[in-house]
Amino acid sequence: MTYIPHSLKERDAMLAAVGVKSLEDLFKDVPAEHRFPKLNLPPALTEMEAAAELGELSIGNENIRTDLVSFLGAGAYNHYIPAAVDALLRRGEFYTAYTPYQPEISQGTLQAIFEYQSLISALTGMEVSNASHYDGATAVAEAANLAYAQFRGKRTKVVLSPAVNPQYRATLRTYVQGMSLELAGDDAKANLDAGPEVLEGLIDETTALVIVQYPDFFGRIYDYTKLIEAAHAKGALVCAAANPTALGLLKTPGEMGADIVVGEGQPLGIPLSYGGPYLGFFATRKQYLHKMAGRLVGETVDSRGQRAYVLTLTAREQHIKRERATSNICTNQGLMALASAIYLSLLGKSGFRQVAELCYHKAHYAAGKIAKVKGYSLCFEAPFFHEFSVCCPKPVEEINDHLLEHGFLGGYDLGQDYPSLKDHLLVAVTEMNTKDEIDAMVDVLAEVAHD
Amino acid sequence: MNIPAAYKYTKTDEWFDPTSGKVGLTDYAQSQLSDIVFVEVVVSAGETVQAGKQIASVESVKAAAESYAPVTGKVVEVNDNLAGNPEILNGDPYGKGWMAKFEGADASGLMDAAAYSKYCEERAH
Amino acid sequence: MTENTIYELSSPGRTGVTFPKPDVPEAKLPADLLRKDLPLPELAEVDVVRHFTNLSKYNYSVDGGFYPLGSCTMKYNPKINEETARLPGFVFTHPLQPIETVQGNLALMYQLQEWLKEISGFAAVTLQPAAGAHGELTGVLIMRAYHRLRGDARRVKMLIPDSAHGTNPASSAMSSLEVVQIPSDARGNVDLAALKAACDETVVGLMLTNPNTLGLFDEHVEQVIAAVHACGGLVYGDGANLNALLGIVRPGDLGFDLMHFNLHKTFSTPHGGGGPGSGPVGVSQKLANFLPSPLVGIVEEADGEQPALFGFVEPEHSIGRVKAFNGHFGMFVRAYTYIAMHGADGLRQIAEYAVLNANYVRARLDGAYTVPFDRTCMHEFVAEGQWAEAPGVRALDVAKRLMDYDFHPPTNYFPLIVHEALMIEPTETENKATLDAFADALLKIAEEARTQPELLKEAPHNTPFGRMDEVKAARELVLCCWLPNE
Repeated sequence: MTYIPHSLKERDAMLAAVGVKSLEDLFKDVPAEHRFPKLNLPPALTEMEAAAELGELSIGNENIRTDLVSFLGAGAYNHYIPAAVDALLRRGEFYTAYTPYQPEISQGTLQAIFEYQSLISALTGMEVSNASHYDGATAVAEAANLAYAQFRGKRTKVVLSPAVNPQYRATLRTYVQGMSLELAGDDAKANLDAGPEVLEGLIDETTALVIVQYPDFFGRIYDYTKLIEAAHAKGALVCAAANPTALGLLKTPGEMGADIVVGEGQPLGIPLSYGGPYLGFFATRKQYLHKMAGRLVGETVDSRGQRAYVLTLTAREQHIKRERATSNICTNQGLMALASAIYLSLLGKSGFRQVAELCYHKAHYAAGKIAKVKGYSLCFEAPFFHEFSVCCPKPVEEINDHLLEHGFLGGYDLGQDYPSLKDHLLVAVTEMNTKDEIDAMVDVLAEVAHD
Repeated sequence: MNIPAAYKYTKTDEWFDPTSGKVGLTDYAQSQLSDIVFVEVVVSAGETVQAGKQIASVESVKAAAESYAPVTGKVVEVNDNLAGNPEILNGDPYGKGWMAKFEGADASGLMDAAAYSKYCEERAH
Repeated sequence: MTENTIYELSSPGRTGVTFPKPDVPEAKLPADLLRKDLPLPELAEVDVVRHFTNLSKYNYSVDGGFYPLGSCTMKYNPKINEETARLPGFVFTHPLQPIETVQGNLALMYQLQEWLKEISGFAAVTLQPAAGAHGELTGVLIMRAYHRLRGDARRVKMLIPDSAHGTNPASSAMSSLEVVQIPSDARGNVDLAALKAACDETVVGLMLTNPNTLGLFDEHVEQVIAAVHACGGLVYGDGANLNALLGIVRPGDLGFDLMHFNLHKTFSTPHGGGGPGSGPVGVSQKLANFLPSPLVGIVEEADGEQPALFGFVEPEHSIGRVKAFNGHFGMFVRAYTYIAMHGADGLRQIAEYAVLNANYVRARLDGAYTVPFDRTCMHEFVAEGQWAEAPGVRALDVAKRLMDYDFHPPTNYFPLIVHEALMIEPTETENKATLDAFADALLKIAEEARTQPELLKEAPHNTPFGRMDEVKAARELVLCCWLPNE
């Protein structure tokens, strides 16, 4: 099955107009010995057959809607997505449009991004947001790019909290391998029990950027105001990678003085979908606007005097600035940014706060119950939001296997990234988890401890 | 095209005023760039700069360019007023649009106004 | 005509969704860590649905009409893709689930890797990069890592033709490489003599788009690749234009060392108003060990009754991870669906008809528009939007006037080596009647340019919005709605 509409008669008329005899004749520039390879692919399917084959593959998974109850987070969270989000995303006018380079016929996308920027600014407490990055990890890497460009390469150190998501830190390391930036602070010896103040000693006049996570990877909430003051005293910028759901309840990094706030936007109405596509949000202060990568939508008027929106400050970007651009980024996560704008608009001021509170209360209920089970304890004393670290009496793998047998997707094994956190389980609880589910999961934990 | 007779010029469209020591972007360059929306002077007072080194980044609605030092010398002052008012580069490129002021700079090797005028005309075709 | 913003539509006390009351005791909130205010809008569901529905009507889209945007491959996006990508078994899986519980996902990813290898002629493929530019960055880091592991740290230059996409030099610069521009020759190929002169022991490699952004297949592509290999460099293929090559030639067979795919161009995943894309990277055998980790592989071979177990493997000299989790999985499902439905013959037809359509439009415009490198093109071609007889008219005016005829304009002012460029890529999914109507409109516009130039200068006339004041946008920088209670 193809989507090629030509009849044979039309094809022949077109070949004649071009002045060739056959389709093959169009490819004479291609080296003859490599032309028309025989591809070893399975025979073409009809739509009906493809639907069946994909359906078959999809049930080869155990999913967290019908098969498993999830307590897994670690950077991707199971939240309720109101039906209206996908109903609107499925409008072909949105999902089959391209980047809004022609503003006269792209006002839908442009205004939606403008509203997305506004909602992200509101959530993070920052002055400006761009039109988005690929995901939370690459948004962190782009923060390093911004800082590197801001200091024109003269500051070469990035102080990185060990409590930033290990995958974000790995991504950052990949990005900077060709740049003269050194990363400090997240080596194996790092003290994971300590608060953010331990990072202060690492900040000096060569520091371009300090990166923290809020709440951090272990779920802890810290007020970074003092750390940010210390960084500013040395002239360094500070980036906080924030969980957007937590920002429904908690003090914003903007309020603490952060210069850049980024994060994974997946919790804002985007399905888990095995890791993507997600959304990297990126917000900063106006003074760093020109060094910020990515697309940006601004308000203006059209020739008829109507309020309208355009991509603005485009000369910062790679298609004009080429090798002198801050980043090579070209696309944004347009449709995902739209999803989050719809989600935040639907939930609004009260609904979004309600989700944040539900996550908070349910996580604290779960933590309280787990801490009462013999052999288990909460690893850290700091306040937490919807995720917390549990010290377990047995290897996490064993506990998770047991949970899985009982239909629970257990938490994240922190030992795989932090050797000093062997037998530490990171548990996430959201509004999707009922009290009964939590109670049943805790019962299984108790059972494993006694085995 | 405005090309002050007393100034000296580069092939990369910067001007140098031997009297004041100021440097900037020529009228030809600003008109090619069109509406300038961002200027960042990347040298600071006290720095000694070699001719040909980048001194500023300029972005317009449609294009981006870099400005290079027309002369070698010590920068004694930079125009802090530009960052907040980039449109000055369009309106008054030889006056309020100066970028940096050099001390002890030598203008030899630069084009005079007549040569630069000819150079601009050649590029227009 | 304008639609109020979501904040202007807001009215205190409304909400679009409510959630159940907590079924657990309420915990004490950390008073000193709470935000003072949450300046989000307040709307009912119907307000939100109408608002975004109204906005959608201001968009031009592939579902609504012809979108001949050069270099972007705006082909039709099959509806079945949207169904398969939303199957609950896919959508409700967490990226960190144990591999035993996501064998369906991993089998799909593994198979897609295998198919992309077969289609491109490469030895290994990573699905991780999120978009074309991200794939380029991945590729540049792989090239750099390859040379460094061989102890060859002198290599600091990336050769890039003057017709290249801006992402190529920007991706190279992100790895601190020096960009050396290579000119094109009179037939639109890489200037072989200039290339050879630039090839030395400091070259990391060449980033080559083939067919190039003029829509031309390089007539000396094998010599170009050989020249770079002769100096020890690697050749990167920008896969933006792969639609022209499906089943026609495999870049790996031509000698390319690595290349990114754009699933959102070639393999029909929707562009989404600017993303998400998906930019897998294919590499030759000698670069396979440098791919980002992890890749999907078989971790336990099938035996007797047990099927093979899919899981993650880490290449020995991996450059590391380029993003979190497992790539844009939702795009993999769509691309898989598309390839499965086409098979080998269907893929070849895509390229054949994409190329036929481009050459047909080119033939129809013959005489009315100058095509600077006028030879058989591949999937796109570049015409000039300027005429000596119409001195004031520019490509931009032609583009804007096309909107009045209800077509999306071609890419304009790119590639940079053509003056007043109009880059036209029809794709294979457009029929002859649409192409004729488009060509007729362009011919009419060429005539209007001479007879009524003001009609073009002031276009568009029939769209809900006119031309924008871009200077005002950039100078005033209003980037955010007014937020309440700040």
